[in-house]
Amino acid sequence: MNKQAILILGARSDIGMAVAHRFASQGYRLQLAARDAASLEADKSDIEVRHGASVTLHEFDALATQTHAAFVDGLEELPSIAVCAVGLLGDQAASERDVNSAIKVMRSNYEGPASILAELANRFAERGSGTLVGISSVAGLRGRATNYVYGSAKAALTTFLSGLRNRLARHGVHVVTVLPGFVATRMTEHMDLPALLTAKPQEVAEAIHRATEKKHNIIYIRPVWRVVMFVIRLIPESIFKKMRL
Amino acid sequence: MQLAGWGRFPVHDAHVTAPRSEAEIVSCIQQGQAIARGNGRAYGDSAISVTNTIHMRHFNRMLGFDDTTGTLIAEAGVLLADIISVFLGRGWFPAVTPGTKFVTLGGMIAADVHGKNHHRDGGLGNFVDWIDIMDGHGKPQRCSRQENPDLFAWTIGGMGLTGVILRAAIRLRRVETAWISQTVIPAPTLDAAMDAFETNSDATYSVAWIDCVNTGNKLGRSLVYLGEHATLADLGASQKARPYATPTRRRLTVASRVPHWFLNRLFMRRFNDFLYWQGSHSTMQKLVDWDSYFYPLDSIPGWNRIYGSKGFAQFQCVLPLAQSRTGLRALLDAISDSGMGSFLAVVKRLGDQPGRFSFPMSGYTLAIDFPLNARSLRLMETLDRITITHGGRFYLAKDSRMSSETLAESDERTQRFVAMREKAGMRQQFQSAQSQRLAL
Repeated sequence: MNKQAILILGARSDIGMAVAHRFASQGYRLQLAARDAASLEADKSDIEVRHGASVTLHEFDALATQTHAAFVDGLEELPSIAVCAVGLLGDQAASERDVNSAIKVMRSNYEGPASILAELANRFAERGSGTLVGISSVAGLRGRATNYVYGSAKAALTTFLSGLRNRLARHGVHVVTVLPGFVATRMTEHMDLPALLTAKPQEVAEAIHRATEKKHNIIYIRPVWRVVMFVIRLIPESIFKKMRL
Repeated sequence: MQLAGWGRFPVHDAHVTAPRSEAEIVSCIQQGQAIARGNGRAYGDSAISVTNTIHMRHFNRMLGFDDTTGTLIAEAGVLLADIISVFLGRGWFPAVTPGTKFVTLGGMIAADVHGKNHHRDGGLGNFVDWIDIMDGHGKPQRCSRQENPDLFAWTIGGMGLTGVILRAAIRLRRVETAWISQTVIPAPTLDAAMDAFETNSDATYSVAWIDCVNTGNKLGRSLVYLGEHATLADLGASQKARPYATPTRRRLTVASRVPHWFLNRLFMRRFNDFLYWQGSHSTMQKLVDWDSYFYPLDSIPGWNRIYGSKGFAQFQCVLPLAQSRTGLRALLDAISDSGMGSFLAVVKRLGDQPGRFSFPMSGYTLAIDFPLNARSLRLMETLDRITITHGGRFYLAKDSRMSSETLAESDERTQRFVAMREKAGMRQQFQSAQSQRLAL
């Protein structure tokens, strides 16, 4: 039985919860962090009953960046793996009308995650071990009219993770960038998504688990997304700008 | 969205919400005419409300387990398959299970499902300690045999019409292994099959496959399957090393277009001949893994598509013991005369049933599938009449086409159920397409 601890930031999200179950089934001890953490009691019980895992709940607000250092210091144990599943899809139209709405999307997808990952990175580097997993998005690979605010923040996160990986490689710390395409979660439940391109949260969790074991750097969830994004990125800007995607 | 039950008939364009918190369930209920839906395994329209279907898929958490008593507390949307996968390895198995493991806890309670051990242990309701239910005012209520006993009694078998089941405590049974020691008794006639049930009333599990396609003296011949949870001593050396391990089963799938000779009468007759021949010539007693024994059809995902796009209906009735022999014979004759056979016809002895609105009664139940068409609908109406003449009643979890008159005539408890719903103000708040059809 594996007795390592894993910290899941944004644990309430469907992907965060699927990751929790996947790692609990492997014997990890879970640290679940989210806003209003007490409301995760039922999920805590569920994970304990199903997997016999130990679970602790931690109050965490990704946007309250000034609290992040204290948050990490307050953990009883520095985890060996940290997964950041914090994110906010937002509403592109609202973001276009209202700069505050856009800023919230930017902060939730970039500033918050980067801040907490930076705190963890320093401590992992000092310890000389650990794995950081950031959930970014294929939306960050090219800006599209329909969700470029979200996409730009994810692009920043992807770049941040890439730099972090480069910096920490020599310190024994591994960084995984997850680029899910569509995932059937609360974030997308109002959208009509193509089944072939849409993964279940459990597939994301499975891929993350594999990536931490095999030390993969950048993972897509369904292989088809590699192809889709390869093609999308090949389109010359002069044509791309006229397309509706 | 387009919504149907397992029989794929009837299909309704229904409004569905999948709440994630109790507060969200409350706001759903306030819209009125609400019905909770689990995994959609009721055959007909039990879990469909055209205006307000509440999908419980997000309430799928296990909240606690006491491993001295085997009591599990879980939310209504937890799948039986998950309960088995979590607890069988620890030596526990559901005390009562229907013929598929892809049902939810809430759905099982609402239908007060029965299993192959009903003659001995009764329905699931006997193993429910308490239920938390959201009433029509959006207030969660704990009910049990001591606390709100009336609400408890009506909710078990109440088809979700007493409120939204949120969570419940159920008792599991201890098992030493994941294996069932199965005995097959070939019964050349219906009478012989019923005799086999009566002489083996102490068997933990019993069920019979019955030939409903052939005519003459082949009609009604059966294979009676008895089962006991195997003990460690029953296992071979390799099984004993891992008594709870389940061999992986080959998964079959149903082609999206099933050739129509498959449902042809002649083919079905030969197929039934083969089944009977195989059953009566194979080893009488053998070890069968739990999954193959309890859930043979679960290994064929989407087997409900076998009857084509119009869907199918399952007719299931129970006849009181004293009328069972003549009643079953009359039902079989009517089925045989109609020329509409079925692969899946099952007979089982049921035991006493204290439930206020639960299906079973002491006697015999017959369950049989028919592809849906005008002829089969007429036949099922004939079967309805025969059932009523013999004092029997119908299983609402299977029903998709009965009339309210038929239900009222077959089951004198209907009136009391409706009166209780009226008085408690449940009729405005909780309605399914089925309850509207049946005037419940």
